[in-house]
Amino acid sequence: MNPSAQHQDAEGARLGMWLFLFSELLMFGGLFVVFAVYLQRYPAQFADAGRQLSLFFGTGNTVLLLTSSLTVALAFEALRQNRQRLCQGLLGFTILAAGLFLVNKGLEWHAKFQHDLYPGSQTLRQAPAGQELFFGLYYLTTGLHGLHVIFGGVILSWVLVQVRQGRIIATRPTMLENGALYWHLVDVIWIFIFPLYYLLL
Amino acid sequence: MGKVIQMGEYFRRGFLEPSGKQPALFDWIFSTDHKRIGLLYLYSICTFFAVGATIGLLIRLELIAPGRTIVGPQIYNALFTLHGVIMIFLFIIPGVPAAFGNFLLPLQIGARDVAFPRLNLLSWWLYIFGAIMALSALFGGGGAPDTGWTFYLPFAGETTTNVSLAVFGVFVLGFSSILTGLNFITTIHRMRAPGMTWSRLPLFIWSLYATAWVQVLATPILAITLVLILSERVLGLGLFDAARGGDPLMYQHLFWIYSHPAVYIMVLPPMGVVSEIIPVFARRPIFGYWFVAASSIAIAAAGSLVWGHHMFVSGMSDTAVLVFSLLTFIVAIPSAVKVFNWVATLYGGSIRLDAPMLFALTFVLLFSIGGLTGLILGSAATNVHVHDTHFVVGHFHYTMFGGGGFAFFAALHYWFPKFFGRMYNNRRATWAWGTMVIGFNLLYFSMMVVGMHGMPRRYYDYLPQFTHLNQIATIGSWILALGMALMAVNLLIALRRGQHVGANPWEAATLEWTVASPPPPENFEELPQVSHGPYDLKRAGEA
Ligand code: HEM
Repeated sequence: MNPSAQHQDAEGARLGMWLFLFSELLMFGGLFVVFAVYLQRYPAQFADAGRQLSLFFGTGNTVLLLTSSLTVALAFEALRQNRQRLCQGLLGFTILAAGLFLVNKGLEWHAKFQHDLYPGSQTLRQAPAGQELFFGLYYLTTGLHGLHVIFGGVILSWVLVQVRQGRIIATRPTMLENGALYWHLVDVIWIFIFPLYYLLL
Repeated sequence: MGKVIQMGEYFRRGFLEPSGKQPALFDWIFSTDHKRIGLLYLYSICTFFAVGATIGLLIRLELIAPGRTIVGPQIYNALFTLHGVIMIFLFIIPGVPAAFGNFLLPLQIGARDVAFPRLNLLSWWLYIFGAIMALSALFGGGGAPDTGWTFYLPFAGETTTNVSLAVFGVFVLGFSSILTGLNFITTIHRMRAPGMTWSRLPLFIWSLYATAWVQVLATPILAITLVLILSERVLGLGLFDAARGGDPLMYQHLFWIYSHPAVYIMVLPPMGVVSEIIPVFARRPIFGYWFVAASSIAIAAAGSLVWGHHMFVSGMSDTAVLVFSLLTFIVAIPSAVKVFNWVATLYGGSIRLDAPMLFALTFVLLFSIGGLTGLILGSAATNVHVHDTHFVVGHFHYTMFGGGGFAFFAALHYWFPKFFGRMYNNRRATWAWGTMVIGFNLLYFSMMVVGMHGMPRRYYDYLPQFTHLNQIATIGSWILALGMALMAVNLLIALRRGQHVGANPWEAATLEWTVASPPPPENFEELPQVSHGPYDLKRAGEA
C-alpha cells in the first residue's frame, strides 16, 4: 500500500471527524453548564427573561435547520445513487437554509437591541439580577452557534464545488459525509439551545 | 567514486536530506513528514524553554534578597505570568507528545506517517501563531499581562494590561493541541502495522493514547473558558461579576476542569518515556505491562474528576471539598502503580547507567517527591495551611519540571541517536545530569521549606526571616542553569560532530530501532510484520 492510498482511509477520516465533533460538543457543553448553574440560582428571572425571546423567530429557525439537516442527508444518499443533479440541488438548498437562518438571527438580534435588551443596557441594568446573565449567555451561545452556521455553510459550499467538479463521487463520498456530519452537529446544538432558551417557563 | 559517497551520505542522512527543489527552510516548514514536524516542534519547544527558563532565573534573582532587587511589583507580576504561560502552554503541554510523539508514533506502530499529515502541519503552524500572539502580548500597549497563568476573573477582566492578546494566543494553542490529539487517536486506531496488536503496543504509545483523549475531551473546555474571558473583557457581559449577579467561582471551576486534566497531558507522556527507557537499560521486560498501560487510562479518567482541589479555600461547600479531596487521593493509586512497576522492573536487572537511564531514574525520584507532596496539598486540612505559598510552587516544579522536564531530557538523550544518527558524549551528559540534579533540589526543596514557613507565592518581596532559604534557592537556580547549559552544549556539539551510530545503539526492541538512524523519509520500505512484544529484548532489532 502506498502512502497516498493510506491517506484516503475513509474509516479513519470519519473517526477523526467524530472526534472533532466530540470536542465541539464539549465546548458548547461548557456554556450549557454555566447556563444550568445560573438557571438553578435564578429560576424565576431566567423564566421572565426567556419569555421576552421571540418564539416566532426561534421556531422558524428550528424548522429551517431541521429541514436542512434532512436535505443534506438526502444529498448524501443521492450521491451514493449517482444522482449528481439531485445531490447538487439538495446541497444548494441546505446552503440556502443556512443563509436564511443567519438572516433570521440577524433580524432577531436587531429587534432585541431595539428593545434595549443587551448586557449593559439601561433596561437590563435595572431588571432583577439574573436577567442580564440570561441575555449575556443568550448572545454568547447563539453567537457562537451562528459562527458554526457560517463555518458549516462555507464547508458545504466547498463540498458543492467539489461535487460539481467530480472530485466527490459515489465511490469517494467521505468529504460530503463529513460535511454533512458537521452540519448535523450545528443542528443538534441548536436543538439544545432552542428549548433551553426559548421554551423556558 | 564521488557518486558512491553521495549514496552513502544519503543513507546516513535519511529524512534529513534536503530535497534540493526549494530553499531548505521551506523543506521544513511546509513538510508533512511526521519526523520533520516532530523536529520542528522540538526546536521551537526548546527555544521557548530557554526563554522561560531565563525568565525563571530572573524571578529567582529578584528573590535573592527582600525588597526590590532588580524589578518592582508590576514587572515581577508580568514575569511570573509570562514564565507560567510559556512553561505550561509552550513547553510542557506540547513537550513530549508533540515533539517526540510526532516523531515516534508512526515509527513505533509501524506506519509511514500519521493519519492526517496535513492536519499535523497545520497544528504546528497554529502552535507557532499562538506562541507569537501570546509572546507579543509582552510588547503591545497596556503592558505585559499580570494575572498569573491562571487568568482568574474578575481581575483578568479588569486589568488594563494586554490580557486579551495572550488569552487569544492560548486559544489558538489549544486548537493546535486538539488537532494533534485527534490525529494521534485516529493513527493509533487505524494505522498499526500487521501484527501490532493492542497488547504489543509500546507503553509510550499507550500513554500518548490516553493523553490524546484528554486533549480532545478537556481542551474544548479551556477554549470556552478563554472565550468567556474575552467576552468579559471585550463585550463586558458580566457573567462572572458578582455585582451583576454572576459568580467568580464559576470561572475557577471552568478553568480547572481543563487545567487539572492538563497536568496529565503534561505527565502521562513523560511516564510513557520512562516506561520505554527503564526496560532497555535494565535489560528486563517491563514488569506488569497491562498494569502500566491501564494505569495510564485510569490516571486520565480519574484525573478528570479532581479539579476542585485547586479551590479548597475559594469558598466551595464543605461537601465539595470532601469529595474532591477523596478523589484526589484516588489518583495517587494508579500513579503509585507505575512507580512500583518501574522499581520491580529494575529488580534483578543488569542495569546500565547511561545518560537516558540517569534522567529516567531521576524522573522516578523527583516525581515521587512531587506526588507525595501533592498528597499534603490534596488533603483539605493541610491544604489550608500551605495554600498559595512557595510550598505549592516547589511541589508543582517537582512534578512538572522534575517529572515532565527530566523525562523530556531523558527522551532527548534516548532518541537523539535515532533522530540524528549521531551519539553525544556520555561523560559530559552525566556531568550535566549531576549538576542539574543538585541545582534542582537546592532550588525547589528550599522553596518548599520556605513555603512551609509561610512565604506566599507571587510576591516580589518577603519578610527578612525568609532570606536565608531564598538565597539557597537562588544559588540552586544558577547551578541548575549551569547543568542545563552544559547539556545543551553537549547535544549541540554532537549534532555536528557526534560519532555515527547504527540502527540500534541501545539494543532496544521497539520498531523505531529496526530502521536506519536517522530513519528514511517513508520510515519502512515494506510495512513490518510484527511478531513480538515491545520489551522482548532477546529479539531486539527484528520486527
Ligand atoms: C530554570 C528553571 C526554573 C526556575 C528558576 C523557575 C522559578 C520559578 C519561581 C521562583 C516561581 C514562583 C514565582 C512566584 O510565585 O513568586 C515559578 C513559578 C512557576 N513556574 Fe517555574 N521555574 C523554572 C522552570 C519551570 C518549568 C520547567 C516549569 C513547567 C514545566 C515551570 C512552571 C512554573 C509555573 C506554572 C509557575 C507559576 C506561575 C504563576 O504563579 O502564575 N517553571 N517558577
